[in-house]
Amino acid sequence: MKKLQILGTGCAKCKKLTEETEKAAKELGIEYSLEKITDIEKIMSFAVMSTPALVIDGIVKVAGHVPEHDVLIKLLL
Amino acid sequence: MTYSFFLLAKESRIASAVQFFLYDTPKVLMLLVLIVFLVGIIRSFFTPERTRHILSGKKESLGNVLAALLGVVTPFCSCSAVPLFIGFVTTGIPLGVTFSFLISAPMVNEVALVLLYGLFGWKVALIYLSTGLFIAIISGWIIGRLKLEKYVADWVYKTPQAKSSINSEVINWDNRIQLGLDAVKDIVGKVWPYIILGIGVGAGIHGYVPANFMASIMGKGAWWSVPLAVLIGVPMYSNAAGIIPIVQALLGKGAALGTVLAFMMSVIALSVPEMIILKKVLKPPLIAIFVAIVATGIMIVGYLFNFLF
Repeated sequence: MKKLQILGTGCAKCKKLTEETEKAAKELGIEYSLEKITDIEKIMSFAVMSTPALVIDGIVKVAGHVPEHDVLIKLLL
Repeated sequence: MTYSFFLLAKESRIASAVQFFLYDTPKVLMLLVLIVFLVGIIRSFFTPERTRHILSGKKESLGNVLAALLGVVTPFCSCSAVPLFIGFVTTGIPLGVTFSFLISAPMVNEVALVLLYGLFGWKVALIYLSTGLFIAIISGWIIGRLKLEKYVADWVYKTPQAKSSINSEVINWDNRIQLGLDAVKDIVGKVWPYIILGIGVGAGIHGYVPANFMASIMGKGAWWSVPLAVLIGVPMYSNAAGIIPIVQALLGKGAALGTVLAFMMSVIALSVPEMIILKKVLKPPLIAIFVAIVATGIMIVGYLFNFLF
């Protein structure tokens, strides 16, 4: 079970990262939980400097952009 | 071509407006695609993390200059302003230097720069670039001198320092070109309706407003036109690309260069949505000081150019 968290204050890119991540996770058929974090103080507690960011099992894997589909697949494996 | 196609008299105002529209729309859009692509590639070399690394440990005055310059080439969107702000100040980058970056990033916009070059020539483009950087450097420097750290929201300094080892993905030229193409899809895809609308407004002014109408309200003679332009511009929000055609039309109709530049800069650099975002990390007095300093800088530039040209 992977714990996925999307950090972002709700801009268009954040929504896209959420969609793309879910798509990749479903394609892989992994079990996951997805949480969107929009509170700026909580976002900053992950020590990122740009949003949107993707956190997998507590580790920041992507920050500031929406990665390509195959990159996401690799990150989620 | 325009005339025969629409069967309009050459002198007619509609013909003049339609010609302006048909000639400028493809020109501006093509230029935009090319530039956004190139800038997308340039930006792949500068991440916020790298910019922060360059800025950390720099002395304040040099830091202000560097921050303003890096503001131009670092990828930045207003939704990232807050994390970036916090990332900077928690690594010990002075508040004033951080502001130089935050002012220059939206104001000195490379899309606007090249559009200005394409439409008005290198002089106007250079003026825009140098005055934009100047305002960012000086405003940041003043904010640094005023020691306003107490007006930063308290939780900001308690935030853990942002790591800079996230972007470990290897980036090659294929990726960079892809990033350039993504930027085109993303930015041009978003701004084209505004550009067409902007040119449309421009065409309307071109065809219908008497040539000296603007000169009387935005010309050199009216001293109050510069502050008025800033006052109108601040609450307005447009990206740099969308405002250019309006600028073009205003200038073409006799508005003074400094006044138009002041209007454009205040629309791009200061906006209500941005203030709302910044309110999460800055206390109201600091936001007010920030707006006042930048607006004053823009007005000085406006007067300076009305005086020079």
